[in-house]
Amino acid sequence: MTNVKVKSVAKTYGPIPVLTDISTEFPEGSFTSLLGPSGSGKTTLLRIIAGFIKPDEGVIMIGNNDVTNVPVWGRNIGMMFQSYALFPHMTIAQNVAFGLERRGIKGEAAHKEVDRALEMVRLWGFGDRTPKQLSGGQQQRVALARAIVIKPSVLLLDEPLSALDRRLRQEMQVELLRIQRESGLTTIFVTHDQEEALTLSDKVAILDRGRIVQIGDPETVYEKPLTRFAAEFLGDSNFLSGKVENGAVRLSNGTVVRSDSALPGNGADVTLAIRPEKMSLATADSQPNRLSARITTVIYAGPVLSYILETPDGLPLKLFAQNRDGRVLREGETVSLSWSPEHTIAVAN
Amino acid sequence: MRQIGRFYLIAILLFLYTPIAVMMAMGFNESPLYELPFTFSTRWYEALLSNQPLLRAGANSIIIALITAVIATTLGTMASVALSRRTFRGKSLLQVLLLPPIAIPWLITGTAMLIFFYWSGIGRGMHALLIGHVALAIPYVVLVVGTGFKTVRADLEEAAMSLGSTPVHAFFSVTLPLLYPSILGAALFAFAVSLDQFVISYFLATPGYTTLPVQIYSAIRKGFTPEINAISTLLLLGSMAAILIFARFAKPGDTRDKR
Ligand SMILES: Nc1ncnc2c1ncn2[C@@H]1O[C@H](COP(=O)(O)OP(=O)(O)OP(=O)(O)O)[C@@H](O)[C@H]1O
Ligand SMILES: [Mg+2]
Repeated sequence: MTNVKVKSVAKTYGPIPVLTDISTEFPEGSFTSLLGPSGSGKTTLLRIIAGFIKPDEGVIMIGNNDVTNVPVWGRNIGMMFQSYALFPHMTIAQNVAFGLERRGIKGEAAHKEVDRALEMVRLWGFGDRTPKQLSGGQQQRVALARAIVIKPSVLLLDEPLSALDRRLRQEMQVELLRIQRESGLTTIFVTHDQEEALTLSDKVAILDRGRIVQIGDPETVYEKPLTRFAAEFLGDSNFLSGKVENGAVRLSNGTVVRSDSALPGNGADVTLAIRPEKMSLATADSQPNRLSARITTVIYAGPVLSYILETPDGLPLKLFAQNRDGRVLREGETVSLSWSPEHTIAVAN
Repeated sequence: MRQIGRFYLIAILLFLYTPIAVMMAMGFNESPLYELPFTFSTRWYEALLSNQPLLRAGANSIIIALITAVIATTLGTMASVALSRRTFRGKSLLQVLLLPPIAIPWLITGTAMLIFFYWSGIGRGMHALLIGHVALAIPYVVLVVGTGFKTVRADLEEAAMSLGSTPVHAFFSVTLPLLYPSILGAALFAFAVSLDQFVISYFLATPGYTTLPVQIYSAIRKGFTPEINAISTLLLLGSMAAILIFARFAKPGDTRDKR
């Protein structure tokens, strides 16, 4: 239950920089997701915090201690692996007691702690079984119990739910969040499932090619993406590019679009991101920003309709609409789209 | 199809075990010339008891095989750990170099050893036999233990370390127990390689210090007596017992993975 600080961490493998100048803080008791595409360095960062990998540069602080040169086994971390990594030759109770034993807690005291941890993950009474006798979800709970029973300073999870099927996964997300709240553990969670990141986290950090491009609470990161990459990776976005003209943006087709974002000076190139669900089909009381486009594809998904459209000058657009009145537009129709300046976000390329 | 399979299996077992069964039976036959009818007698076992050279060679064989098994298993397991879990310069070269000795004919290895041991002053005798047998057995151990390693995931050790184990403790508390059947199998292999070894032993033995296969060979050259059947039977029973114990603990062919 401590905060974790990462200062100017860099790591290269051969000529390839895997992490570049990572500085961030994980506040006490917070749940942070590291989100990014494959190869962006999530696992590397997590393993540097855990102590499995030594950074080339930079400092790792757990609480007030500089642990940069402390090996894994001296860091008091709780770690959960994608493959559960339960010890197959030990019972569930022995698995959970493993870390306690390393800390000199044995006998009755250890027994109590193990029982409490198993109770927390709702596996009380499973202590005498072996890992093989449990389902995947149950094994993952044991792994969680084993990680938290030692009261770690920080809980590190590397895609712990990706081996589970969808339903079990959602169930475990709820469990994980409950246990994290109950225990108040500072938690760092690696995932490349954006929905999982948004629903679980207090903070989401988006990694792109070894850099944290944005970190913030899920709402801010989703509503106000800072870069084109962030806008594209987390959720969907439409991108419009143009030049700044008198505090608005003129697109190449001549349309003028207003944005509440701070814009650079006149004549500067700028990219605007608009979420597909923020656009709507224009009606009388529509928003000031408008474009007309032809529907090329309709994806009917029950409650939500996705339209793929194309402007006359060939710009692809997406629009998500609530299926409120049961009216589905047809492919080939030309419609007028509108959206508000508030939802028109200037992003860095 | 199943009938053919069964017949085939029976044929194999028959060809393997009939000669052995005949040999064992003849150890209990009165006649020194394997004449029938069979007359039960323990005279060859009694003769064996007073055949000091044969008994000593048998004891030597077992002692050498035991020491070889212990040393080769320890060294080979250590090599396996390095090859499976660490990265270091020249690793792939080492990996490649470890295996050909299994395929090189023993006659060639033996000649090479004899020349090298003579040239380097190691000479012949028990120590030379030990060095030779250990060198011979290590590739088998690396092969068997290395295969075992593939079933023990590396993240188990990492999990142990995250819980406070040093790498050494993680190895002994997690990897070793899971590797134990493979190590036992490797030890048995090393033991068998040494016990079986004739060619190299023949080159490296001295008149005062021989192993059983070498002794049997020279005895046969002088004239065969059923005492040899007797000691072979004893040795065989010993080996079978060892293998059964191994099978009991390690369940070879068991495909449960150890994740
Ligand atoms: N031991 C290593 N040696 C060389 N390159 C490595 C090593 N470990 C990681 N890399 C490289 O570093 C980059 C980041 O890897 P990392 O495992 O951190 O990505 P990740 O974000 O966790 O990806 P994924 O979502 O696929 O798990 C990748 O390009 C990878 O190839
Ligand atoms: Mg990863």
